[in-house]
Amino acid sequence: MGYKARFKVWRGDKSGGGLEDFSVDVNEGEVVLDIVHRLQATDAPDLAVRWNCKAGKCGSCSAEINGRPRLMCMTRMSTFAEDETITITPMRTFPVIRDLVTDVSYNYEKARMVPAFSPPADLEPGDYRMAQVDVERSQEFRKCIECFLCNDTCHAVRDHEENKTSFSGPRFLMRISELDMHPLDTVDRREVAVQEHGLGYCNITKCCTDVCPEHIKITDNAIIPLKERVADKKYDPIFSIASLFGKTKERARRTPPPGKNA
Amino acid sequence: MTDLERHSYDVVVIGAGGAGLRAAIEARSHGKRTAIVCKSLFGKAHTVMAEGGIAAAMGNVNSKDNWQVHFRDTMRGGKFLNSWRMAELHAKEAPQRVWELETYGALFDRTPEGKISQRNFGGHEYPRLAHVGDRTGLELIRTLQQKIVSLQQEDFHATGDYESHIKVFAECTITRLLTDESGAIAGAYGYFRETGDFVLFESPAVVLATGGIGKSFKVTSNSWEYTGDGHALAMRAGGSTLNMEFIQFHPTGMVWPPSVKGILVTESVRGDGGVLTNSEGTRFMFDYIPDVFKDKYATTPEEGDRWYTDPDNNRRPPELLPRDEVARAINSEVKAGRGTPHGGVYLDVSSRLPAETIRKKLPSMYHQFKELADVDITAVPMEVGPTCHYVMGGVEVEPDTGSAKVPGLFAAGEVSGGMHGSNRLGGNSLSDLLVFGRRAGLGAAEYVESLGESRPQVTDAMVAAAELEALAPFTTEGGENPYTIHSELQESMNDLVGIIRTQAEVEQALERLEGFKARVAHVTVKGGRAFNPGWHLALDLKNMLLVSECVARAALERQESRGGHTREDYPVMSPEWRQVNIVCRADGDGAAIVRQPLVPMREDLLDLFDVDELKKYLTEAELPKGAH
Repeated sequence: MGYKARFKVWRGDKSGGGLEDFSVDVNEGEVVLDIVHRLQATDAPDLAVRWNCKAGKCGSCSAEINGRPRLMCMTRMSTFAEDETITITPMRTFPVIRDLVTDVSYNYEKARMVPAFSPPADLEPGDYRMAQVDVERSQEFRKCIECFLCNDTCHAVRDHEENKTSFSGPRFLMRISELDMHPLDTVDRREVAVQEHGLGYCNITKCCTDVCPEHIKITDNAIIPLKERVADKKYDPIFSIASLFGKTKERARRTPPPGKNA
Repeated sequence: MTDLERHSYDVVVIGAGGAGLRAAIEARSHGKRTAIVCKSLFGKAHTVMAEGGIAAAMGNVNSKDNWQVHFRDTMRGGKFLNSWRMAELHAKEAPQRVWELETYGALFDRTPEGKISQRNFGGHEYPRLAHVGDRTGLELIRTLQQKIVSLQQEDFHATGDYESHIKVFAECTITRLLTDESGAIAGAYGYFRETGDFVLFESPAVVLATGGIGKSFKVTSNSWEYTGDGHALAMRAGGSTLNMEFIQFHPTGMVWPPSVKGILVTESVRGDGGVLTNSEGTRFMFDYIPDVFKDKYATTPEEGDRWYTDPDNNRRPPELLPRDEVARAINSEVKAGRGTPHGGVYLDVSSRLPAETIRKKLPSMYHQFKELADVDITAVPMEVGPTCHYVMGGVEVEPDTGSAKVPGLFAAGEVSGGMHGSNRLGGNSLSDLLVFGRRAGLGAAEYVESLGESRPQVTDAMVAAAELEALAPFTTEGGENPYTIHSELQESMNDLVGIIRTQAEVEQALERLEGFKARVAHVTVKGGRAFNPGWHLALDLKNMLLVSECVARAALERQESRGGHTREDYPVMSPEWRQVNIVCRADGDGAAIVRQPLVPMREDLLDLFDVDELKKYLTEAELPKGAH
C-alpha cells in the first residue's frame, strides 16, 4: 500500500532557486497535489502552491511534472513507478513568484483585449433562441478551466519571451473562436485575431491540445477554423466588397433568427 | 508601521464567486467605483464547483412552473424556517437573472424549441434547473468574469484606463473590517498573498461574498478558501449570524480513494435517473420517505421509474427527496451494516442510461471517476456518502437590500443567512448568488449615495491594531504548526458536530474548541511573508474557530431535528422551535447566542399552501384564521 516516494520540488523566487529533495509517504489513490499538501504539513510549511477544488474543475494547480505541463490534482501517483523520482517545477512560460506559483497576469491582460460578446441590440433578455447543435461548438471551448497549461506549453511563447506582446496563445485564440461561433454574436473578430492576438504565430503543432486537461480539441476545432475564416476573408473578393458596407458576419446560414418569447 | 498600500473605493466586494461578481456588476452600473478582492485568482472561486444548475421557474420544460411553485418548494425544502421574504424575492427574480446571463454571453443547454433547457432536481416539483451539462458553475463564473471584463473595456474606451471603475485585487485576503466610532464601515484591511504586503481599502460600503465554512470539517466538498472569513469578519465588526446549526451534508460525495473523499458527485446523477442501492441491492430510499413528504413521492420503484417519462400521472422517486433526507438515509444504511466496502452506498446510472447518454449528460462525473478512482460510471455503480457541502446559516441581512446589522456592511450568497432555512434545495444556490448578489450591490450603491460627502474615516490606530493582529503568528516562538491544529479541528467538527448530533458530543466539541483557541494563540509560522501558506492558514484558523463555535453553540441550543440539524436525542421536528432563529454574535474571543423570534409569514404567501400541509410545520396559533 503505502511507500516512500522521492520528490524533487523547485523552490525559490524571482531572484533564483533550485530543486530540493524530499522523501514523502504515499498512500493508495493519491495524486501529486496530496503529496505537496503532505510536504506543507510536515517538512515545508511555507511551500507556495496554488490550488482550489482538487477535482480538476478550477485550473489552479498547474505545474510541470517531470517536465510535462499538468494539473497536480489530476496526476495520480499510480502513474509513476515506486522507485521513480518525481520532479515538480513551476510553469516555465510565466515568471516565478515563489516555489510552484507563477505570475499568470499575461493571461488576464490578453483576456481583456478580446472584444466582448455583443448580442443584437434589439434582442430582449428571455428572447434568446438557439439550437443545441449550434451552441455545442462554443460550449466545447467554454469547458476551458483556464489552467493556462496550453499557453504554458505553446512554444511560440514558451521559448520566445519576445512574442508575448504580439501573441495571446491558444487559450485566447480559442476564446475568439468561441465568440465567433456564438450563434447570436454580431462582432467580426478576424482582423483582431490576426493583428492583436497573433493568430499567424500558431503553426498547428497541437501541443496545446495534448496538454489540455479538459480534452478540448483546441487546434482542430478552434484555431484551424479561425485560420480558415481569416483566409476566407482575405482571399474572398465578394466578402471584401461586402465588408465595405459594414455587415461582415454571416450568421443566417448557421442559426434561425431569434424568435419572440411565447 | 510597515509600508501600506492604500486604496479608496465607493464599494469593496470581498469574494469573487457568483454573488461577489454580480454585486460588483450592479454597484459599477450604478456609477460606483468598485473593488473586487478575492483570495484566489480571478475566476477560480468556489462557484466553479457547482455542477447541476440554476433553479429558476422559467417554465421552459413544464409550463405549469411559476414563482409560486418555486417558492413553495423552497419553503418545504427549508422546513419553513426560511426567511419567507428572501424565498419570495428569489423565486420571483431568478428567471430574470438567468436570462440576463444570456445577454452576457452564457450558453446553456437548449430545449428543442431553442429555449434554455431545464432539468429535474431534488425537492423541485418541475424540471427547473438551467444547466450546461454538469459544469453549470463554471459557465456562471466565466460568464460573470467576462461581463466584468466587458465593463472594463467600456471604461477603457471612456477613460483610457481599464481599471478606472472596477478593479480586481486577486490573491488578497481581508483580515479585518474597520468601523468608526459610530460602528459604521470605514474600510477593510488585509494582505496580498504574493508579497505579504498589507493593504488598506478605504470604503464606506463592503459587500461580503466570501462563501462558506466547509474547511472546518474533515470530509467536505469545499476548497481551502471556505474558512468562514465573511461570517467571522461580520461578527467581529458587530454584526450577527443566524441559523449556523444548519449544515448541509450533500448526500453524494466520493468515498474512495481516501484522497478524494468528499469530492462532490452531482445530484444530476439522480435527477437524470440514477438510483441509490445498499449492499443488499435494495433501493432503500423508499423506506425513508418522511411523513411531511408522504403524498409527494412514489412508493414503488415502478411508479418512480414511470415518473421520468410521465410526471403528470406519477410521483417522483424518493432519491429526489431534499438533500437532508437523502444524506440521513445513507448514513443510516451504512450504520446498519448495509454499506459498500468503502463505507458508502451505491449510486448507479450504468444500468439506467446508455453509456453515450451518461457521457453526454454527466461529462465531468464520467471524467472525475475515471481519472481519480479508475471507475467507469457507464459500466459500474459509484460508491458515495455524505460530505459537508454548504452552510445554510450566515450573516443576518435585510432581505431586500442585503444590508447586515452594521451600517455599510452587506452580504450575499452562501455567507448570508435566512434564504434557505434549515436546508437548501440543489440549484437554489446559484440563483441565490445572482438574485441577492445584485440586490446587495444595489443596496451598497444606494447606501453610499445616501452618505453624500460625509464618509466614515479610517484612523491610524485601527490600521495599527489590524497590522499587529496579522503579524502575530510571526512573533511567537516555539508554538505549533497550524496544519496540526487545523486537522484536529476538522476531525472534531466531523465527529462531534457532524450529520447526527447529541448533547454530550456537542459539549465535547465545545471543550475541544476552547483548547484549540488557546493553541492557535501561540501558533508559530515558519518562513517569510511572501506567499506563505502556513501564515495564511494560521490567520484563517481564527475564523474557522469562531465559526465552528457558532455552529456548535447553536447546535447545542436547538433541541429538535430539522433540515441540516439532526439531534439523536431530539429526533422530532417541533413547531415551537420553528418560530425561533438562533443568532450568534462575537463575544470576547468567542461567540454568544440568543434566541430570536421569526417574522410570521405574510398572509398572501401563507395562502399559497394547503392548510393540511401547514399543519405539519406550524403551531395551531399560526394557522390561517378559520383553518382549525
